[in-house]
Amino acid sequence: MKYLHNIGTYFLMIGEMFHKPTKWSVLKKLILKDIDDLIINSLGIVAFISFFVGGVVTIQTALNIDNPLIPQSLIGFATRQSILLEFAPTFVSIVMAGKVGSFITSSIGTMRVTEQIDALEVMGINAVNYLVFPKFIALLLYPFLICIGMFLGILGGLVACMYGGFSSPEAYITGVQMDFDPFHITYAFIKTCVFGFLLATIPSYHGFYMKGGALEVGKASTTSFVWTSVFIILLNYLLTQMLLS
Amino acid sequence: MIEVKDLRKSFGDTEILKGITTTFEKGKTSLIIGQSGAGKTVFLKCLLGIFDYEGGSIAYDGNVLSNLDEDEKRNIRAQIGMVFQGSALFDSMTIAENVMFPLRMFTKQSKSEMQDRVDFVLNRVNLENAHNKMPSEASGGMQKRVAIARAIVNKPKYLFCDEPNSGLDPKTAIVIDNLIQEITDEYQITTVINSHDMNSVMEIGEKIVFLKDGLKAWEGSHENIFRTDNEVVTDFVYSSNLFKKVRKMYLEENS
Repeated sequence: MKYLHNIGTYFLMIGEMFHKPTKWSVLKKLILKDIDDLIINSLGIVAFISFFVGGVVTIQTALNIDNPLIPQSLIGFATRQSILLEFAPTFVSIVMAGKVGSFITSSIGTMRVTEQIDALEVMGINAVNYLVFPKFIALLLYPFLICIGMFLGILGGLVACMYGGFSSPEAYITGVQMDFDPFHITYAFIKTCVFGFLLATIPSYHGFYMKGGALEVGKASTTSFVWTSVFIILLNYLLTQMLLS
Repeated sequence: MIEVKDLRKSFGDTEILKGITTTFEKGKTSLIIGQSGAGKTVFLKCLLGIFDYEGGSIAYDGNVLSNLDEDEKRNIRAQIGMVFQGSALFDSMTIAENVMFPLRMFTKQSKSEMQDRVDFVLNRVNLENAHNKMPSEASGGMQKRVAIARAIVNKPKYLFCDEPNSGLDPKTAIVIDNLIQEITDEYQITTVINSHDMNSVMEIGEKIVFLKDGLKAWEGSHENIFRTDNEVVTDFVYSSNLFKKVRKMYLEENS
């Protein structure tokens, strides 16, 4: 029963997010601030993880190919497929659920605890629109972040190939270009957009409707990370089933 | 003027407000007092429209809240200034930005007009040089004064204060009390204060509503409270020896 209530409240919050919009002059600044907090400040961690995981995927693939009849270009092909289809959209989103999700929940939760949300509501401001909508708009730029993650993951694989001596750069690049299906990019970005929506709304929900004090803010951040990850994994499965099978 | 008739509010099976009827008049400072758990905060949040209520009515200058749609309620709320117990300043904004916030949200004034108004209200609460400080850099008393400045910057018709003196030293508490009363008088605002502070009751309570167990147990002015023989009120207000002595002296002087 509690889960049904939470799901209902979540969808009501999403409806409220688009109702009675905040003044554009105010909203503009909030969106720019959220783009800085959620997207620009995540560039470093996404770049770092993507580059090294790309390298690791290449090494793992190379070490598991010991049959001389299998062409070395397969290393590049396998790395590309892993990065484009799963690593960049899904794995990075789970990392982002920890980084961005916790930030969103704790910042909104702190506003709830310190009565700042009550202050907005008493003033007659739609607090959901004021707080959540700019995050939703900011995370529309999330595919841009994933795009960088894809590029750096494949680049990390190339560097690992060159310096680890697993295959020639030419063979790796040939593999990256082999049997390319543009729909895989569409699939990856559909997933990215859905995950971006979850990243904006689930942590906001946990922050906005939390009750209690500072300790509960910490608990809400943890809960929001767990539920965001669960829904990312669940929707990843459903979308893959629907779009690729 | 705010008229409250037979206000009832429950949480689950627990009835918190059991039918409160009272009036808060324009240009007067009204205080809601009572023990912890008496229903003061719930009463205030019902007045503010944060909590829905099950029975009775609340009317702001004749506009009954329960008859208004969400947009009309928001318009009423835009005329309300609120000072929260913990000040509730937006910690990502400077003091000047906090005070300017209601103007940015609800008016079409130019930046210079808004800046002039912010300067005026910050001067009014004696915070001339605090514009660029962050709320975390301000003391408790300063934060309360910023909260008052933010509450009055948009010339509200109604001002609500939830425990405005909590956590303040007695001297600062008196400054805050006097400031609220002066502002109420100056701008003819309907002011409602939720308080535990007996100094406030004695100093600025032009109307006092005493709540006990979700019911209005007594109402009157700070002068009446010295003379009342209502045991519920005297047990609460004169629970300290100091206030017993103050009352005795008052009655001797005015007998």
